[in-house]
Amino acid sequence: MCVCNVLKHEVTFIAVPNDCIDALVCLGWKSFPLFPGLKLPSLPGQVDELQCLRRWEAGLCSPSRDFHRQLATVREVTATSRHYVDRLFDPDPQNVLQGVIDMKNAVIGNNKQKANLIVLGAVPRLLYLLQQSSSSLELRTECAVVLGSLAMGTENNIKSLVDCHIIPALLQGLLCSDLIFIEACLRCLRTIFISPVTPVQLLYTDPTVIPHIMSLLSRSQHTQEYITQIFAHCCKTPEHQMVLFNHGAIQNIAPLLISPSYKVRMQALKCFSVLAYENAQVSMTLVNVLVDGEQLSQVFARMMQRDKPIEMQLTAAKCLTYMCRAGAIRTDDNCIILKTLPCLVRMCSKERLLEERVEGAETLAFLMEPDIELQRIASVTDHLVSMLADYFKYPSSVSAITDIKRLDHDLKHAHELRQAAFKLYASLGSNDEDIRKKITETENMMDRIVSGLSESSIKVRLAAVRCLHSLSRSVQQLRTSFHDHAVWKPLMKLLQNAPDEVLVMASSTLCNLLLEFSPSKEPILESGVIELLCSLTQSDSPALRVNGIWALMNMAFQADQKVKVEIVRALGTEQLFRLLSDPDTNVLMKTLGLLRNLLSTRPHIDQIMSSHGKQIMQAVTLILEGEHSIEVKEQTLCILANIADGNTAKELIMTNDDMPQKIKYYMGHSNVKLQLAATFCISNLIWNEEDGSQERQDKLREMGFVDILHKLTQASDPSLCDRAKTAMQQYLA
Amino acid sequence: MASQPSDPNKTTPKSQQLFSCDLALSEQEKELNQRLRSLYPAVNEQETPLPRSWSPKDKFSYIGLSQNNLRVHYKGHGKTPKDAASVRATHPIPAACGVYYFEVKIISKGRDGYMGIGLSAQGVNMNRLPGWDKHSYGYHGDDGHSFCSSGTGQPYGPTFTTGDVIGCCVNLINNTCFYTKNGHSLGIAFTDLPPNLYPTVGLQTPGEVVDANFGQHPFVFDIEDYMREWRTKIQAQIDRFPIGEREGEWQAMIQKMVASYLVHHSYCATAEAFAKSTDQAVHEELASIKNRQKIQKLVLSGRMGEAIETTQQLYPSLLERNPDLLFMLKVRQFIEMVNGTDSEVRCLGGRSPKSQDSYPGSPRLFNSPVHKASSSQTYQTSTYYIHKFFFLPAWVKKTLPEGYYKKRDKTTQVSITVSFVLKLIGTPVLTQLSTGPKKYRFLVPIPSHCTAQNNTEVEMEVDHFSNGVSESSSNGFLNGSSTHGIDLEELDSAQSKRQLCGGSQAAIERMIQFGRELQSMSENLRRERGKNSANKKMLKDAFSLLAYSDPWSSPVGYQLDSIQREPVCSTLNSAILETHNLPKQPPLALAVGQAAQCLSLMARTGSGSCAFASVDDYLH
Repeated sequence: MCVCNVLKHEVTFIAVPNDCIDALVCLGWKSFPLFPGLKLPSLPGQVDELQCLRRWEAGLCSPSRDFHRQLATVREVTATSRHYVDRLFDPDPQNVLQGVIDMKNAVIGNNKQKANLIVLGAVPRLLYLLQQSSSSLELRTECAVVLGSLAMGTENNIKSLVDCHIIPALLQGLLCSDLIFIEACLRCLRTIFISPVTPVQLLYTDPTVIPHIMSLLSRSQHTQEYITQIFAHCCKTPEHQMVLFNHGAIQNIAPLLISPSYKVRMQALKCFSVLAYENAQVSMTLVNVLVDGEQLSQVFARMMQRDKPIEMQLTAAKCLTYMCRAGAIRTDDNCIILKTLPCLVRMCSKERLLEERVEGAETLAFLMEPDIELQRIASVTDHLVSMLADYFKYPSSVSAITDIKRLDHDLKHAHELRQAAFKLYASLGSNDEDIRKKITETENMMDRIVSGLSESSIKVRLAAVRCLHSLSRSVQQLRTSFHDHAVWKPLMKLLQNAPDEVLVMASSTLCNLLLEFSPSKEPILESGVIELLCSLTQSDSPALRVNGIWALMNMAFQADQKVKVEIVRALGTEQLFRLLSDPDTNVLMKTLGLLRNLLSTRPHIDQIMSSHGKQIMQAVTLILEGEHSIEVKEQTLCILANIADGNTAKELIMTNDDMPQKIKYYMGHSNVKLQLAATFCISNLIWNEEDGSQERQDKLREMGFVDILHKLTQASDPSLCDRAKTAMQQYLA
Repeated sequence: MASQPSDPNKTTPKSQQLFSCDLALSEQEKELNQRLRSLYPAVNEQETPLPRSWSPKDKFSYIGLSQNNLRVHYKGHGKTPKDAASVRATHPIPAACGVYYFEVKIISKGRDGYMGIGLSAQGVNMNRLPGWDKHSYGYHGDDGHSFCSSGTGQPYGPTFTTGDVIGCCVNLINNTCFYTKNGHSLGIAFTDLPPNLYPTVGLQTPGEVVDANFGQHPFVFDIEDYMREWRTKIQAQIDRFPIGEREGEWQAMIQKMVASYLVHHSYCATAEAFAKSTDQAVHEELASIKNRQKIQKLVLSGRMGEAIETTQQLYPSLLERNPDLLFMLKVRQFIEMVNGTDSEVRCLGGRSPKSQDSYPGSPRLFNSPVHKASSSQTYQTSTYYIHKFFFLPAWVKKTLPEGYYKKRDKTTQVSITVSFVLKLIGTPVLTQLSTGPKKYRFLVPIPSHCTAQNNTEVEMEVDHFSNGVSESSSNGFLNGSSTHGIDLEELDSAQSKRQLCGGSQAAIERMIQFGRELQSMSENLRRERGKNSANKKMLKDAFSLLAYSDPWSSPVGYQLDSIQREPVCSTLNSAILETHNLPKQPPLALAVGQAAQCLSLMARTGSGSCAFASVDDYLH
């Protein structure tokens, strides 16, 4: 509540004599003439100043700054607090009621008074009175109102209230039949649940609560507003979504989208956005819902019209985005392409508030992430790419000088803006080479990414590295801008001690930077990346293990002997074999890929096989015997073929009892790829012009390979056929 | 008459009329007119016609036109940029569009696809692509660059080619332009555009063919949505327009205007209550107001004879000094006789007439067809709008004394109008005028177009307030009919059988006799005061009623419609007020008329925001 700011910064407290205050309180705050010049916001049907205050507290209107000032001055009171609490214990119920009413009038808008009352133990007593069935309905209602007022204060107030078990008490109160009382309870619950300090779970503890609340939706516009607001704030997990969904949230809330009250419409819309987020079941249900004979997607589309309030446009766009991502609406649907996407792009424009720009960019990034067509359209819509460049200009130099408040505001949002822009760039550039080029050519883009990588905010770092990763899919960018801006340096730095999610992205980017044609490969190698990558392969996260081994694989591709030896040394055979039995196929594949890259060019093969031949042969045997996918076996056979290409390494196969039989088996396999790889292996073994080729040919002929090769020359697959013929020629020569 | 409802066919260029027999084409024509009207309601096509096709006259010779001048093809050599050729639309874009939009579909990119789509001022060289010269702007398909009066382009958007639909939107409020490609906005291309630009396309290589859509077909881009945004913006600007610096001044002014309006239309009960609660003095005696109210009721119920009599009684010298007014009243009396409603024929008829004479006892809805018809004549019908709206914007509530609006809806509605009108006059117009040409004075007289199709004479000027009176009579009736003793209930609104003079022979004779008197009065008038074509026509029209067996369904039958009593009533009311040295128009009506006039002035001086500040929007 803004009043606390006022208290802190603007008001010089003036001691007001207690009796004066008492007099004020007794007058029930109808004593505004005491503050000449106090301008009350004029309200239609305004009954008295008190109601005005209440409306103000409920966020219905905003009073002038003078108002705060005057209010705070007079309310610098503590001495009377005790008195209020005492009155709650009066034996006469009428006095109690009057006491509660006076208390209500005293706390409204006065955080200090609220804190005092809480410290003095008013809350348990109020809750007691609220729950007591002997209390009059009026008293119970007034109690709920006071509690609601207390909840309007600071976060600490909310914590104290929650600690006093206010939530079950209020939820219990909802069972009452009196609408005024229910509304007071709901209003208080709303205030509590929308606070970030309240554990959302408390709404779901009692399974009967949600169905009951759902049934209250029909009671009044106020219950609708409060309930939808509670749902919109308390639906944070897939489980919450399902609880609400299973209790008919969609059917109950959908009609509220055309409520005459803007607030109800808006909160209902927010409910749908949280319900549909990454939830296919909800989304699929939503597309089939009709509101007043109209499809929900059309209702949402209408809410995105440009004359609607921004908040509504944005939230409706979110709903459609989530429904689209959940597969309920096709990405080429007009309501996505021609409505949602342009609406979200508009949300990124400079005219919007910073918060809206952040949300708009994030939602847009999410919407088009998997779809290249949407990325292409967005990239040309309203100069989005250059529009995003503006996200990096906060706080601007102007705001720093002219306006402290603005600076504060800008600073608060600067990180959010930057990370949102990075996310959107990442999404935009994830598929299309031209868009990547356009992004990289945006003013200072690479510099911004580089500095983003080393920002203090993890969110920004993560988004920056995501952006970098997206751009690193471009061969051209890897060769040019990535090298020019030495992005590998901050990237390497980022890889030290970063949280897992950052590590995954960073290492994935590193994989691309280590590609053979990347000019950054050399400097990265020299920076001692191998140890780092090897340590990644030991991570608990499969994604990190994959990225680690993948990067090593890329690094080993056509690498110097020195590098290869270093990889093997740093990784250690033990770790290598552990990776070969990794439960994640991806890890296994990349490890095999690494082995294959290590075992290329004859001297390297021989050298590595001479030192690790036994283990490698064991591993190969294990995989070929095990239950693995075709791809894994093919990769393994390719390794075997590479081994067969070595001078001395060949013998490891020839002297193995089992191995030729395995090769034979795979030559007769039903999968051509495996046949081809196995034939390659044999072909390498029987290759002429190499020491001992004759012996090997003879031995393999005995084992019946010639017959198999002969058969394969008739194979329908041309490459297999060619390969077999080439192998046969070795015998003929 | 400038304010006739625009007949679209009349504005159609001749070249297109040749095809008017073609059914499909006329369908398209209809669709075009409909779309243009709904997109640009503020445009007065008599003054500033909208572009509807390419101009066969305003093009370079290498350009060929076909398909009703909507298709453009290149017919030059296309060897060098010197072979570039452009064509402009028939008319420049009127500022009153607020936001203007057209689309061009690329039928074929031809050899090289050197196509430019954009805008240019009149007189810019057509042997060029749009954008290359001063006051010329274009977006080119081959490189996607925008050309802003310069031979070198700026990177702007994607390239475009065969099958693409390129749209060009001119915002005449902030003088910017953006393009769309296949329904997607590409962002601002040009700023600080000059006024009066023509849609323009240019082609440069053989085989290039493009089709324009000036509204003949639905647009690919949702331009209405964009317009909605700007309408909201402009209206928010008006709502937020700062009002009087000194506390209470604004409110006092509004209250004064409201009071004067109420008094003018003789809402005496309301006026009294209002004056009391706002501490205002009423500048006319209550009795006088009631007298006027009485006369108005007589006129509006068709009892002209009594009305004239009462007027002569209460304001003895008024009609003597205004023979034209008296003549008009008499003509009306004649018409009412034909109708069977006038008191004289009614007593002769011996029974209450059942013809279409009466005003219903309850307030009439204002969307009646008659009003619709007159509302198409833009803003000149002023006051009746005042009754058309039923909601109260929050800021108006603030301007009224606390709790006031609840009790007196009518007055608040009026005050809304006042506020709006004053703001409207204040907001954009003031700024516009301060920069605009000097010849426009701030105070613009209300133009004298009337609802009646044939009267443009000055004395009929007040016609446009007539509609308001109709409501006022019914409201006045509700306010205090019993005290005035005029019993209107006897009048039956049922229109069972319509007979001349109520069907009574005696009445017919009386009517004929009255007609003769009227004729001689007209002759006297002419002798004394010279020719008066308005009077002559009035009389001729009235007499024409007798030429038909069923006057009500005759071409001149409109005169019998009770709505036609309103101008008469209003004129009489104004005349009475003038004798009391009171304004013959309420300041409110003046302000509404002025606001409307300011809007048309804005349109003329190129201020596009007038498109979204229609007085209508505020009066619903």
